[in-house]
Amino acid sequence: MSTALLIEQLLNGLQLGVMLFLMAAGLTLIFGVMGLINLAHGSLYMIGAFACAVVASLTGSFWLGLIASLAAAAAAGAIMEVVVIRRLYDRDHLDQVLATFALILIFSEGSRWVFGSFPLYLDIPPVLQGAVSLPGGGQYQLYRLAIIAVGIAVALGLYLLISRTRLGMRIRAGESDREMIAALGIDIQTLYTIVFALGAALAGLAGALVGALQSVQVGMGEPVLILAFVVIVIGGIGSIKGALIGAILVGLIDTMGRFLLPKTLALILPAAQAGMVGGALASMLIYIVMALILAFRPRGLFAA
Amino acid sequence: MRKILATSILSLGLASAAYAEPVKIGVITTLSGGGAGLGIDMRDAFTLAMKQSGNKDIELVIEDDAQKPEIAVQLAEKMIQSDKVDLLTGIIWSNLAMAVVPNTVAQDIIYLSPNAGPSALAGANCNANYFNVAYQNDNFHEAMGQYANKDYKKTFILAPNYPAGKDALTGFKRFYKGELAGEVYTQVGQTDYAAEIAQIRDSGADSVFFFLPGGMGISFMKQYAQSGVKTPVMGPGFSFDQDVLGAIGDAALGVKNSATWSKDLDNDANKKFVEAFKTEYKRLPSIYAAQSWDTANLILAALSKASVKDKDAFKAALKAADFKSVRGKFVFNNNNHPIQNVYVREVVKEDNVLTNKIVATAFEDHKDAYADKCKM
Repeated sequence: MSTALLIEQLLNGLQLGVMLFLMAAGLTLIFGVMGLINLAHGSLYMIGAFACAVVASLTGSFWLGLIASLAAAAAAGAIMEVVVIRRLYDRDHLDQVLATFALILIFSEGSRWVFGSFPLYLDIPPVLQGAVSLPGGGQYQLYRLAIIAVGIAVALGLYLLISRTRLGMRIRAGESDREMIAALGIDIQTLYTIVFALGAALAGLAGALVGALQSVQVGMGEPVLILAFVVIVIGGIGSIKGALIGAILVGLIDTMGRFLLPKTLALILPAAQAGMVGGALASMLIYIVMALILAFRPRGLFAA
Repeated sequence: MRKILATSILSLGLASAAYAEPVKIGVITTLSGGGAGLGIDMRDAFTLAMKQSGNKDIELVIEDDAQKPEIAVQLAEKMIQSDKVDLLTGIIWSNLAMAVVPNTVAQDIIYLSPNAGPSALAGANCNANYFNVAYQNDNFHEAMGQYANKDYKKTFILAPNYPAGKDALTGFKRFYKGELAGEVYTQVGQTDYAAEIAQIRDSGADSVFFFLPGGMGISFMKQYAQSGVKTPVMGPGFSFDQDVLGAIGDAALGVKNSATWSKDLDNDANKKFVEAFKTEYKRLPSIYAAQSWDTANLILAALSKASVKDKDAFKAALKAADFKSVRGKFVFNNNNHPIQNVYVREVVKEDNVLTNKIVATAFEDHKDAYADKCKM
């Protein structure tokens, strides 16, 4: 095993983590401020990817697609909040889970109606095509480096937004005592819609960025949603900082597990078997880590 | 006179009713979720074949299994118990077939597989009520293993960690004589392959063989093309078929893949099929559509020879496989799985649409490896 391979895998882990952060940030923000479990967050990710693929194929520009994905996901999020979610804040979590699960089905079958059942095509923009050389002789895909950069920029932006702006102050206030800020004359309904749209836009951005790497298809959001939930549970529900650390932890553990476990097992087992057992163990690894973290810190690493 | 006329009309009516009894066919396939593209091609080709036959006595009961074994099992029970179907068909995925087929054939209902061919149903557990019109799961991969011997000495192989994935790599290794640079099992439904691609880069392989059906293959190919790794890839036709090529894009150009069917296969039945499918649905058919078209025509041919109520005669008529297959020659082996040619295709661009053309024949009249264990 060479250093180049190790560096490449670390970057892969970081990139997966950053992508998960974009999903988890919105999810944890919505839970922290509104106390709502939003299973349909994966659908917003899908909407972002579809919007980007459609606009990019119509205009030929990935960047317009990216803007469209932000707009479409934010709009879908805002409409969702006003029409459905608003009625759920006072209900218990089971009602929220049921209603947002119904939304997943509606969004999935709705996109199938509009776009058909076959995956759409979305390519990486020409500027970011190809690979760059890494120190140590390896190569790394430029687009993935760009995703890492976007993720870090978003994390920084969110930090500034929440700690330095008036909106951020209101969000923090909403997290700690929502009756009180309503009593202070802040329009809590609008605040909720804004937070929801912000979370949705981040999910849409993640969908569009990842859509260029993967296949843009119905149901693409759900596997990511599960990982995003793992991330916010590990990080502590409601904490953006927890979401960042949790996401990078999950990204690194998952990638390194998939890479190192079969290799380690190959020392004691025949190659084919090591691959199978290692692969199976690697897919469990993040859940084992989650269970361990919860055993020692039941409210997550950075409980709000 | 009037009375005689009335009775004769009545008896005529009765006679024709007795001659053309209605046949009910249950179709369980995947019409929603990420795998729906495959099931929709299956359904569209099947209904088109039935429509073109002009046979008014066939009634189809089509239901969506959402790619979930438990739903497929419930649907099969419902179709057998309350719809009283004569035949069942339609399942795309091996894990769903394993959940439905053994129970169905045990109730003496005939099942015809238009796609899945798990090894467990081809050997010792073969059944006279189970007909596989598609292939045994290993076949495409065996063909690629055979073909790889020509150019490659050190191949990196990759498949998802589930029964069809293991069948795939077993099939490849059965005929491949070179060395393996690595053997990796990924998660089912995995969308990011950066970690695996890094290992391929590091392994010093001279070629990559992968089996990743549906969206998994699209993700892998797009990421592979961008990674800067230049090692040539190959795979079974599923990863480079009409349903996914559009989404992979030009990254697939030139890739060799194996299949028992291709749209340029030169026979009349195939030309008619491709033309009819294109006219009706405004898109090119996939392997799933071709196999489903064959399944429908096999049923139609058997119906013209025997009544579906006379099980033994009908099974004999199915086994005779007296129909014009889009794959050219088509014969059933002792285990009711096809003996057929497996071709190597190459992804090309025609009129700005990505598609496949045949470049070689990997096997002629290929049989699966499990037929000997079948006591039929």
